[in-house]
Amino acid sequence: MFTFALRRVLTSIPVLLAVTILVFALVELAPGDVADYFINPEANTSPEALAEMRQAYGLDRPAPVRYAIWLGQVVRGDLGFSFVSGEPVARMVLRRFQNTATLMSVALAVSIVLGVTLGVFVAVRQYSIWDHALSALSFLAVSMPAFVTGILALYLFAVLLPIFPSGGIRSVGVDAGLWDRIHHLILPAAVLSLAQTATFMRYTRFSVLEVLRADYVRTARGKGLAERRVTMRHGLPNALIPVITVIGLSLPVLVVGAVFTETIFSWPGMGTLYLTAVGSRDVPLVMGLNLFIAVVVLAANLLTDLAYGLVDPRIRYE
Amino acid sequence: MSEATTERAPERLDRRLLRRFLRNRPAVVSVFVLAAIVLMAAFAPVIERHPYDTMQLRARSQPPSAEHWLGTDRIGRDVWSRTVHGARVSLVVGFAATAIAVVIGTLLGAIAGFFGGWLEQLIMRATDVLMTFPPIIIMLTLAAFAPRGLWVIVFIIGGLSWPGVARLVRGQFLTLKEQDFVAAANALGVRPGRIMWAHILPNALPPLMAMISFGIGNAILTEAGLSFLGLGVPPPAPSWGTMLEAARNLDILRNLPWTWLPPAGMTVLTVLCVNFIGDGLRDAADARMVL
Repeated sequence: MFTFALRRVLTSIPVLLAVTILVFALVELAPGDVADYFINPEANTSPEALAEMRQAYGLDRPAPVRYAIWLGQVVRGDLGFSFVSGEPVARMVLRRFQNTATLMSVALAVSIVLGVTLGVFVAVRQYSIWDHALSALSFLAVSMPAFVTGILALYLFAVLLPIFPSGGIRSVGVDAGLWDRIHHLILPAAVLSLAQTATFMRYTRFSVLEVLRADYVRTARGKGLAERRVTMRHGLPNALIPVITVIGLSLPVLVVGAVFTETIFSWPGMGTLYLTAVGSRDVPLVMGLNLFIAVVVLAANLLTDLAYGLVDPRIRYE
Repeated sequence: MSEATTERAPERLDRRLLRRFLRNRPAVVSVFVLAAIVLMAAFAPVIERHPYDTMQLRARSQPPSAEHWLGTDRIGRDVWSRTVHGARVSLVVGFAATAIAVVIGTLLGAIAGFFGGWLEQLIMRATDVLMTFPPIIIMLTLAAFAPRGLWVIVFIIGGLSWPGVARLVRGQFLTLKEQDFVAAANALGVRPGRIMWAHILPNALPPLMAMISFGIGNAILTEAGLSFLGLGVPPPAPSWGTMLEAARNLDILRNLPWTWLPPAGMTVLTVLCVNFIGDGLRDAADARMVL
């Protein structure tokens, strides 16, 4: 296991390096440079002043040199300063990440519990009414993007039936307690978890059906074990192994969903920060967020693989 | 599972695929619904009742009526016309972006799978890196810094959606190139390019077709999503995403549901159709599956 883990960690280092190049290149390829940002259309900035500014920011140096300098800073945890607020990017990202992490982890937890439970539930009742109904619903849920479900949820449960607040992370002005925060969290978390729940359900159903056809399950049945014990003790643990991968790979989808959900529900997380950064062309902030998201996704992939190696020894000796 | 198929003469691959696909009822229905949407988009100028971008200041925020089938929005534009025209934007982006992704992905995947070696390493590591980012995140960065326009969005979505295709095509080429018919073609002195194009690619098509279908759905959703976030197709072009975005205003959400329900419904309907078709194609292509 140790060599497997070590090898897996080592192979992700070149990917990580390539990711930093991509993050840098993305902004580099964009037309115009950072100095344009400071041009005041009213003040009629002179070309000399611009050149001076380019020099001050090191923009006159060739791209590979600037990449090396930037990478050196990133390694030391310095993501630079936001053009707009002047705050350190790392601090801004981490502060907003807490809110996003709350939203995403609640949504993910709900999806896993609900999705896996429903998946097992319909798998042991293959071709029943429950199976057909839930499979159809899950197909619909997978085809509905977060910006449609979000708007619908807002309309149904905040406008027509005003049982939930229409946005924000807590009530303004009053001393917000825990319940108030949960109250604000329910709707966005539900929206974010919907498509995930459906995905997990479909995979679990498929995986359980596959396992229940396996020879050792037939053996267990042949021994005369109760059907419930066969599925729960013999089938389920093995059926859940591939589901681990699906859960691990769902993080990028969740990040995208969070961008939309946060926008719709005015949730002050990374998604809304990203849109503000992109909208105001706050280059250091955009780069910092891109890098942060990529690293989180990469780490999730790594953890998924390690978890998989832990529960399925065959993976380790590939 | 084990049918007695050995007796019969082997059925042509494409006919077998079609026969299996036609048994999938949701997929067949979806083909018809999608065809209707395509027709609607194609004849948008004929079936629209008012120009989609004309603001009729005397008819603002009107509920659906005989004159305005789906009512008007806040600045007096006809929602029916905008929804119909929105289909054009969605379908053009969906098909064109997917075409770009398929060409790039097939080319790179075929090269990686057929030739192997350092080329394969390079291509596959590039897909790994691209897949580390949720594509929409890169797209948001690009869309924000690039000039705005329909074709810019097409190229951004198409140019970033190929890794999935490349992986699939590579896998297909890896298995297919070991088959006897490829060895035979090799022995006859057929050039590698022709083996890839005429011998291997046609056999890799069935699973690829399913992926193309899902890709179209994803591209449509991505365009709508980018437009929803204000970084997609620029106004006045009516994109379903832009129309939905208006509903973030609580007043519009509450009082003008006819302005955002149609684009929401059409987005889901179109993607649902494309996904059903993709599902049908995948099941039809999966030889292990008994239909």
